Amino acid sequence: MARRARRERPIQGAPTARDFKGDVNPDWCPGCGDFSVLSALQNAYAKLGKGNHDHLTVSGIGCSSNLPGYVKTYGMHTLHGRALAVATGAKFANHELNVVVTGGDGDGYGIGGNHFIHTMRKNIDLLYIVMNNETYGLTVGQASPTTVVGEQTKSTPFGNLESPLNPVAMAIVAGATYVARAFSSERAQLSELMYNGMRHKGFAFIDVISPCVTWKKEKMKIFDYWKERVHLLEDHDTSDRASALEQAVKTGHETQLGLFYHDTSRAALDELEPVLEKGPIAHQPLGITQEQGDAIIQRMM
Amino acid sequence: MAKYDFVIAVGGAPGQGIETAGKSISQICARYGLNVFTYTAYQSLIRGGHSFLTIRISSEPIANHGDKLDLIIALDANSVEKHLPHVSPGGALIYNSDDVRKQPERDDIQLCPISYKELTNDPDRKKIMLNVCASSVALQLVGIDLAVLEDIIVLSLSKRKGQAIVDANIAAARASYDYAAEHFTPFDVQFEKQDPPLAFGSGNMLMAMGGASAGVKFYAAYPMSPSTGILHWMAPNARDLGIIVRQCEDEISVINMVIGAAHAGCRAMCATSGGGFALMTEAIGSAGMMEIPIVVVNVQRGGPSTGLPTKTEQGDLWQVLGASQGDFPKIIVSPTSIMDGFNTIPELFNLVDKFQCPGMVITDLSLAEGHTTFAPDSINWQPKIERGELITEQGQTDGEYQRYHITDSGISPRAIPGTPGHMHVVATDDHDEDGSLISDEFTNPHIRRDIMEKRQRKMEGILEFLPPPTFEGPDDAEVTLIGWGSTHGVMSEAAQQLTEAGIATNHIHFKWLYPMDEDAINEVLAKSAYSLIVECNYTGQFARFLRGETGFKADGHIRKYDGEPFMPHHIVDGARELLNSKTDLYVPYQEIVV
Repeated sequence: MARRARRERPIQGAPTARDFKGDVNPDWCPGCGDFSVLSALQNAYAKLGKGNHDHLTVSGIGCSSNLPGYVKTYGMHTLHGRALAVATGAKFANHELNVVVTGGDGDGYGIGGNHFIHTMRKNIDLLYIVMNNETYGLTVGQASPTTVVGEQTKSTPFGNLESPLNPVAMAIVAGATYVARAFSSERAQLSELMYNGMRHKGFAFIDVISPCVTWKKEKMKIFDYWKERVHLLEDHDTSDRASALEQAVKTGHETQLGLFYHDTSRAALDELEPVLEKGPIAHQPLGITQEQGDAIIQRMM
Repeated sequence: MAKYDFVIAVGGAPGQGIETAGKSISQICARYGLNVFTYTAYQSLIRGGHSFLTIRISSEPIANHGDKLDLIIALDANSVEKHLPHVSPGGALIYNSDDVRKQPERDDIQLCPISYKELTNDPDRKKIMLNVCASSVALQLVGIDLAVLEDIIVLSLSKRKGQAIVDANIAAARASYDYAAEHFTPFDVQFEKQDPPLAFGSGNMLMAMGGASAGVKFYAAYPMSPSTGILHWMAPNARDLGIIVRQCEDEISVINMVIGAAHAGCRAMCATSGGGFALMTEAIGSAGMMEIPIVVVNVQRGGPSTGLPTKTEQGDLWQVLGASQGDFPKIIVSPTSIMDGFNTIPELFNLVDKFQCPGMVITDLSLAEGHTTFAPDSINWQPKIERGELITEQGQTDGEYQRYHITDSGISPRAIPGTPGHMHVVATDDHDEDGSLISDEFTNPHIRRDIMEKRQRKMEGILEFLPPPTFEGPDDAEVTLIGWGSTHGVMSEAAQQLTEAGIATNHIHFKWLYPMDEDAINEVLAKSAYSLIVECNYTGQFARFLRGETGFKADGHIRKYDGEPFMPHHIVDGARELLNSKTDLYVPYQEIVV
C-alpha cells in the first residue's frame, strides 16, 4: 500500500480534532473500543490548543499501541512494555513537549509493570492512557493481568486461576497524582479526563475500559456487559486519597468511572530538577566550558 | 634525573582505610609529578574480607600495575601472612607489631614493624587511622617530605572530622616518620620531584568526563559494579554541568530512557556491566531500528551470570557483538587505556550522531577501576562535536519530510520532536520511508528490502571513519602479540621486555572492533610474525571473532580467566613457553591471591 509523505498542514484558526487525524487509518477490528479512545484523544489534543509538533505520543506494543500512527503528532512506537521509560527520557530531554503515553493492559500492567510503578512513584509529568481490554489481543487472545477469575482464554482453557490487578487502586497507592477510570463508550467524559490529565502537572493516569470485540466470548455484546457494570463516580472528593482508594477497589457491578484522585500539591519530577531551569536540555549548547573543565581537574590534583 | 620504577602495595580488611592510604600515597606521588598506575583487588563485601591495592610509581609513563612489589604495607595480621611471600627480594614489609603474634620471617627483605600503641596516644583506635602511621613510614623510606602528607591529612579530614582529629593524625604521622628515620633503612630509590604536578583519576571517571566533554546531557544508570564509578562521577557533577542524571528501577528502564532522551535531541549515555547489558539488549536493537544515536558502556566483570562482581574479564565480546535480534548498524569500540577512555566517548558520539545508530563501548574493571596520573593539559575539554544531519528548525527541508528517506549513504536527516513541519512516528516495528509500519497489515517485501538495505548501507560509511589496529615495535620481529582494548598497556610492556631479552616482538592492538574492515585489517595482520592473541577470557572470544571476520588464525593464545588482570611477566612467560613448545595455549598462573 503506497502512502504519501507526511506533511504538516498548518492549523488554521483554533485546532479541531480533524487536525490531529493521522495519515494512516487504524487497523483495529470494526467495533473495537480503541476507536473511541483515539477520537477522544484527538479532541483533547485539539482542545489543548497547541501545534501538532508540540505533542509527542509514545506507545509500546499491542493493538492499542499502534495509536501513535493514527494521530498527527510526533510519535514513538517503542518496545513492548517500555513506553513509560522512553517517554520519561523524552520528557526530561524536552519538558516543553506534551508527552502522552498510550498502550494496553498487557503492555503496561504485565511486561511494563515495573516501569508503571516507578514512573508513578517519581511523578513524571506524563499522561498515561491504558486501553484495558482484559486480553492480549494482538497475540490472539490470552489472559492478561486484568483478566477476571474463571475466564476461559487461549492460555487459560480451563478458566483463569489468577486474580486480576486493580490498576486504579495501584496507581493511587504507587504515587500517581491524577488517577481516573473511563469507559470508551463514555467518550465525552473520557476526552475531558484526557484534556485535564494533559494539563495536570505530574503523572496522570487513565485506565480506560476499552472492550475487545474479537477475543471476548460476548463479542459485540461486551459493551452491554460493561454498561451494566459501570457507574459514574458521584459526590466524591478527589483530594481525599483514602476515599479514592475506597472507590477504586469497587469492581464488577460496582465499577466506578471518573476522576478518583487529584493531588496538585506534589511537584512533578522535572519541576524539582534545577538543571531544567534554563530550559529544555535538548536546546542547551553541548559540552562544558574550559573553566568548568579546569575546576574538575583541580579536584583531581 | 634517576629513573625508577617502584611498587607499593597496601593490604588489609575493607574498612581499614586501604583506599584512603592508597589515595594519599598516589596523590602525593602525583603532586611530585611522578607517574602512577593503581589496581585494587577486592571482594564484594562492605566490611570484612580482604583488599589489596597495588600502586606502581615510575619516573617514566606506565600503563599497568607492573610485575613486582617493592614495599608492602600490611594493615592486619592476615595481610602479613598472605603477602609476606610477595615482597620482591630487597623490598620491605611494614606491619603493626601490636597485632602480629608470630613475627614474620624473611631474610632477603627489610621487616619494618611499627607499634601503633607506642606511636600514638589512641588506645581505642578511634582517633587515628593506622593507615596514616603506615603511610608515613612508607614515605620516609622512599624519601618523600612529610609536609606533603600533612597537607593531604588536613585536606581530607578537617571538613569531616574536625581539628582535634586532624592534630592527632598529624602528630601520629610525625611520630611514625621519625620512628622510621631512626629504625629503618631507606630504599636506594628516593623519589624526586618532577614537573609538572599531575592529576589522578580512574577509567570510570575519565569516561564520565569524556561524556561531559562530548555534550552528554542525559545520563541514566542502575548501580552495577564495576561501572558504578561513572554514575558516582556524573551524580555530583551533574548540576554544575547541566546534565540530567537519573537512577532507574532497572537497566531496561535505563536504556529506554536514554533512547527517549536521545530521540528528543540530547546526547544521552548509560553504563552497566554484563548482567545489566543483557537486560539492555532488546532496546539496543530498537535504537538500531528507530535509528536513534545512543552510547552504552559495558564495563565487563567476570562472568557468566552474577559471576565475579569485583574481578576483571574480557568475556562479554560475543554478548556485545550479538546484542539484540536481527541485523542493524552499530559501532563497537574498546578503549586501549584509561586516558583513551576519555577520548573514546566524544569520538563515538560523533560517529553515532552521524550514522544514527547505537554505539557500544566495551571495557573492563581493570581499566575502569584502575587509576592513573595524567598531565592536566592532556585533557581536551573541547573536543570536536558533530551532530550529523539533524533538523532542529522549521524550513531545513522543502516541506516534504520522510524520517527514513532512502539515500545513497543510508543516512536520513533526523528531525527532533518539537520541530514544526517534520512530524513522524519512529517505530520498533519495521516501517517504510515515512515511518509507517510495514510489519502487520502493510507487509511488503520490496519495502522491507529497500529499508533494510538503506539501514545497512550506513555500515559502509562507518568503516571509512574507523582506523585500523595499531602496529607498534620492530617490523622484523620473532613474535607478534595481538590484543584488544584494556590490555594495550600491559602487552606493550611485555613486548618491550621480550625485545630487550632478545626475542624481537611487535604488537598489534584493536580499539575499534565493529564493523571490521577486512582488507585494511589483513594488511596490518600480514606484518605479523609468530602470532599470539592475548585476552582475558576462556574461549578466545576475540580470536574467534577475528578469524570469522578476516580468516586470520593465530599461532598461539595467552588467556587469563582467573579474575585478575595480566601482569607483564605473564605474557612474557607465555610467549617464551609457546615459542619453545608444541602447544598453542598458555594460561598464566596468578601468584598474588587476595
